[in-house]
Amino acid sequence: MDEPLTRTLISQTQLDRPRGRLLYRTVLVLTVAGFTVVFLGPLYWLVTGGLKSTAEVIQNPPTLFPAELHPDTYATAWRQLGMGRLLFNTLYYAFGALALQLLFDVAAAYALSKLRPVLGNLILGMMLATLMIPAAVLIVPQYLTVLDLPLLHVNLVNTPWAIWLPTVANAFNIFLLKRFFDSIPEDLMAAAAIDGASPFRALCSIVLPMSRPILGVVSIFAVVNVWKDFLWPMLVQPDPANQTLNIGIKSLSMGVPQNVIIAALAIASVPTVVFFLIFQRNIMSGLTSGGLKG
Amino acid sequence: MAAISVAGKAARPTTHEGRLWRKVRQNLTAHGFLFGALLCFGFFTWYPMVREVVMSFQKTKRGKTSWVGLDNIDQLLQDPAFWQAWRNTLLFTLLALVLGFAVPFFVAVLLNELRHAKSYLRILVYLPVMMPPVASVLLFKYFYDPDFGLFNSILRALHLPTSAWLNSPDTAMLSVVIASTWMNMGGATLIYLAALQGIPGELYEAAELDGAGLWRRVWHVTIPQTRLILSLLLLLQVVATMQVFVEPFLLTGGNGPQGSTTTVVYLVYQYAFNFNNYGAASALGLIMLVVLAGFSALYVRLSRKAD
Repeated sequence: MDEPLTRTLISQTQLDRPRGRLLYRTVLVLTVAGFTVVFLGPLYWLVTGGLKSTAEVIQNPPTLFPAELHPDTYATAWRQLGMGRLLFNTLYYAFGALALQLLFDVAAAYALSKLRPVLGNLILGMMLATLMIPAAVLIVPQYLTVLDLPLLHVNLVNTPWAIWLPTVANAFNIFLLKRFFDSIPEDLMAAAAIDGASPFRALCSIVLPMSRPILGVVSIFAVVNVWKDFLWPMLVQPDPANQTLNIGIKSLSMGVPQNVIIAALAIASVPTVVFFLIFQRNIMSGLTSGGLKG
Repeated sequence: MAAISVAGKAARPTTHEGRLWRKVRQNLTAHGFLFGALLCFGFFTWYPMVREVVMSFQKTKRGKTSWVGLDNIDQLLQDPAFWQAWRNTLLFTLLALVLGFAVPFFVAVLLNELRHAKSYLRILVYLPVMMPPVASVLLFKYFYDPDFGLFNSILRALHLPTSAWLNSPDTAMLSVVIASTWMNMGGATLIYLAALQGIPGELYEAAELDGAGLWRRVWHVTIPQTRLILSLLLLLQVVATMQVFVEPFLLTGGNGPQGSTTTVVYLVYQYAFNFNNYGAASALGLIMLVVLAGFSALYVRLSRKAD
């Protein structure tokens, strides 16, 4: 599955010489081995660590293979840390955030790109300006806002809205979507309008079907961002029953045997890692097309 | 361009009033589509931005809020933790740049030269980025354990001196940076890789014909050709690494031995959520904003050039 060769730093003729070939083989083997140890090794340690006995985990020097297998550690971790609950919460937050982002951000980008309302450019500018504000700076006022929403005076803490709604205010998503919508020919929109299609109809039957790749990228990042977030869910979901995997494992890990925690960490890593392996092509392309401006 | 008609009466482009009404309706529809996002931006970014500035000059005591001018900033300047947090954050940023900037570039150049196992290696580099931070961080915490941790076991096996890692003020921050680099280097590597793939092969050929060796080709072709992306990522990384929170918070409980891993954002967190001093926390955030604004402005200028 390797891509066609283009000329890079080292030329093909150099590689074809016996010395070049030997050198290339050595570097390749070293790189593959090194990368496997450095990036896959810790994951291997995590999965096998969860299979070891409590004594073996803290044994010195550590063992490469578990002496005896204890798959029941995973069951213990699942029960003792309430992993099912944590997993469900995380999924619920991630996919709720995804749904709201798709709904509101797509609508906003569509309005800014195709309907062009009065003050549209000013609104887009104000949205993009928020990208310049370091996220950490707004944590305190954002938290106080969620605690007592202005005008409405509702407290969103311990409700999923505290996680869902702020994710909609994502200028990067809107920018990415708007840029993609801009590339959809104006003639198509005009033709739809002549046929009597309402703006909503045009969005559903022209814009959305053409935008599948960008919608995929936005969706993946929406889910992963919620899955990986730490500080915000820790602040706004203080009730243990509502916590995410990240926070739950951290706060429940005191006083639990190490092999159990390691098993819990392995369980927590599986969903995103599998998700990544399935969507790696989309993630990689999304990263290089839009990641730079993130 | 054909008139965009909205169904019904408004479609008749007759009188001046009809046109006006149509414009109003179009705008109402458009703003209807914008409504949800506008509301969220208003509540969760625009309003908090204003509030951040206002709170920096206020103090709240027993539910009563009063204006205190620059008192909050004054209080911060007198707090030794403030200076230590900035020193630590700058140290983290510096170390993270040396590791988190140079290592991904080297890895990207290496990956770009290899003709086999490309997708496998790319997937591996990005794998840690997808892991929940708690999993990666606690994993490293076990590796760093001075007694039974993997790192010291390897060092012992090689008959090298072991380290106290997170337990010593001298090595705590470096340990945090190593873990953080492992967790985050995938993103930068793939962006560099994309930039390297955009370099026209003829440039290397021409340089080779002129007798340029490997290092001179790196220096005179690879680096100039990727300079813009390198500098953009450098700025992005400065802005991101200066906001480091999760890694020290989980690895060392935030402060670390003798406050050696207290970062500015952790101090913001402490002021706000441990001391309930929202005023000082906001003022600290505002100082951070001012410091980072310079980098952000530079980033915007450069990325305009990149377009």
